[in-house]
Amino acid sequence: MSSIQPPSETIWWKQPLDRVEGTWIGIALVWSLIMFFMMPLWHIYGKQNLSNEAYRTTPEAFMAKTQAMVDQYTIRTETNQNVPVVRPPPGSDVYLIARLWQWWPLLELEKGQTYRLHISSLDWQHGFSLQPVNINAQILPGYEMVLTVTPDTSGDQTIICNEYCGIGHHTMVGKIYITEGGS
Amino acid sequence: MKTQEFRICPESGLQFHKPAERLMRFHAVAAIVCLLIGGITALLVTLTRWPAVHLLPADKFYMLLTTHGINMLIFWIIFFEMAVLHFCSSTLLRCRIATPKLGWVGFGLMVTGAVINNLSVFSGKSSVMMTSYVPMPAEPTFYLGLILFAVGALIGCFMFLGTLVIAKEEKTYEGSIPLVTFGALTACIIAIFTISMGAVILIPTFLWSVGLISNIDAPMYRLIWWAFGHSSQQINVAAHVAVWYAIAAIVFGARPLSEKVSRTAFILYIAFLQLASAHHLLVDPGLSSSWKIFNTSYAMYLAVLASMIHGLTVPGSIEVAQRAKGLTKGLYEWLRKAPWGNPVFSGMFLSLIGFGFIGGISGVVMGTEQINIIIHNTIYVPGHFHATVVIGTTLAFMSLTYFLIPVLFRRQVFLPGLAKWQPYIFGISMMVFTLVMMGAGTLGVERRHWDMAFTDAAIGFDYPASAYALMGLVGISGVGAVLGGAIFVLIVVVSVFLGKRVESESNYGAEPTRLMKAPPIVLPEGGHVAAGKWGFAAPGTFALAMLFLAIFVAYYAVNWKYLASVWPLA
Ligand code: HEM
Ligand SMILES: [Cu+2]
Ligand SMILES: [Cu+2]
Repeated sequence: MSSIQPPSETIWWKQPLDRVEGTWIGIALVWSLIMFFMMPLWHIYGKQNLSNEAYRTTPEAFMAKTQAMVDQYTIRTETNQNVPVVRPPPGSDVYLIARLWQWWPLLELEKGQTYRLHISSLDWQHGFSLQPVNINAQILPGYEMVLTVTPDTSGDQTIICNEYCGIGHHTMVGKIYITEGGS
Repeated sequence: MKTQEFRICPESGLQFHKPAERLMRFHAVAAIVCLLIGGITALLVTLTRWPAVHLLPADKFYMLLTTHGINMLIFWIIFFEMAVLHFCSSTLLRCRIATPKLGWVGFGLMVTGAVINNLSVFSGKSSVMMTSYVPMPAEPTFYLGLILFAVGALIGCFMFLGTLVIAKEEKTYEGSIPLVTFGALTACIIAIFTISMGAVILIPTFLWSVGLISNIDAPMYRLIWWAFGHSSQQINVAAHVAVWYAIAAIVFGARPLSEKVSRTAFILYIAFLQLASAHHLLVDPGLSSSWKIFNTSYAMYLAVLASMIHGLTVPGSIEVAQRAKGLTKGLYEWLRKAPWGNPVFSGMFLSLIGFGFIGGISGVVMGTEQINIIIHNTIYVPGHFHATVVIGTTLAFMSLTYFLIPVLFRRQVFLPGLAKWQPYIFGISMMVFTLVMMGAGTLGVERRHWDMAFTDAAIGFDYPASAYALMGLVGISGVGAVLGGAIFVLIVVVSVFLGKRVESESNYGAEPTRLMKAPPIVLPEGGHVAAGKWGFAAPGTFALAMLFLAIFVAYYAVNWKYLASVWPLA
């Protein structure tokens, strides 16, 4: 019994390192550093990085900007609640509202084009989870997050809420329709 | 010092101070009650997430998921940790406990807080999950209960420090404090930091809920809440690593490979912990990448390094102790001939393996800034932390409990034949549970979600059939784990309240004795290294560490590859 007793050597910090420990610490340290440097390296060489572009906003201001986009670019409405489907031009600023319990409006984007997608919540915290491509981000009230996205897969994507937001959480579903380029 | 207050346990040689002993017993029993509530709700929640069963209605599901998270992660673990703190101070240092009366105030506050919080959640008006993210409101009593509980726990932490001071002044031990007590001290220091953070965020939130503050900024709440929520996981790690060392010492007489390395690794936990809240905020708006990278890696993964060190030195110390006893054949005779039928050991070893291989690897991978994009808030996350707090912390505490039943409660373990199997039933089901959850998360299944089929939603979505199959396996393995947990609670409750007394005598009135230094290191002939291989004292452990590293590297690479396949983002 000795890890539950005082060390046998009074000056225990001078006890030499065991070789198995020294070797492992060296290996583990190198691995830790590799993992650390992978993150900045991915910012330079990788394609999937969040921009960190974000602004303070208010529900009213964000609603107004979204409404302006909806008024300009709506192409049809869907579901019995007549949710607008919006087709903004490539390269433009696209607005998406998260609120209890809806992603509003529905979007139609063109494959291979780049958009600036602004997302904010009008009430509680929500989670933006795009499936099946599997991109996830936290959506907060009072903050407008800007994601620069380039849809490069075919097939429609569904937006699911993956931050618990009350009793309707599991009904909060939206859509990003993807159209093939040139069509 | 009143002599009649001490007794010495003849089997273990440990010396108990009566007031400390009573405090430990009550904290341990309260912990088991919370584990029971958490276990019942675990079953109901699991049966709801099993798509073919889908047991509860949505409101009950969210309510009981809140109950489950809080009773398990906060109440069960912290009640037990208070017992561990008193054990590592008063019992291990053979010292009277500081301010026992205050200890009862602390215990009373913790119980009151836990009851108030549970009542608040069961009223149905506080189904906000343990994170209670603003501005989703809970009843004021929800926060009040947590605050009272935290104040009680803080008192326990200061008593631990007080007891260390008394032990030093009254010279109840020779030399430095034992490694296990050092680990508990680490946990205690982290706990004090953590609980202060909890106060900083929960008190304003309470004031907001009663209308005295008009607004709480959501990202600020998340930052401080996680400074509390994540750091408290560091308490658990420090505490269960201390328990691993304690069990290695109790079962094998193991001593650390070197005190210096093991203690430094504990200090790394303290040094880097404040930064850890960042990896919960990797996909939040408003934080810069450099802030995220620096903080999430706790400035270069040095706390991860600390866990990798303990992961080697704990089994390494067992290997060296076993080899010194002559179990030197091949790489693994020491491990094959370990007491696998003793739940104190088997639980501890499964805890170590599960924590490292599943919890550790998945935690670092999903805590990588960019990889978090494909994992945040999916059911991968509960998969990861059930490997850390359930296989790691909970199973380690269960193992320690098997040791404490005869030593602290003076009772024989009820159904010892079943107790032998319990760690395997619980541990292996949990390993499957965490792996299939992580699999489902990789396919995008969300956490905290009542209906993966979206039947009530205006717009539908179909997960692939494999996601449903994995969630079915979550259900099945979850039921297995609940069975393992139920056996544990049954054995403990029956042993403690109705069990046969241990035959040997251990009466109060013993003359307190001093804690002596460990005997000097007596090397086997030719030194430790001769008993090992390749110039290593613990070659089997080293080979295990290499296997661990290989899996880690491969899994890390696979996740980058998966990330590279999603839409370009900037
Ligand atoms: C007995 C076996 C257990 C089973 C079968 C189980 C099952 C589950 C399930 C199915 C979830 C819900 C996942 C979701 O929908 O998001 C969950 C959440 C959770 N569990 Fe467990 N669990 C068990 C034990 C534990 C233990 C021992 C702890 C802590 C020490 C724990 C801590 C948690 C926490 C913190 C959550 C998250 C709650 C939240 O999202 O707010 N569980 N568990
Ligand atoms: Cu939502
Ligand atoms: Cu939601």
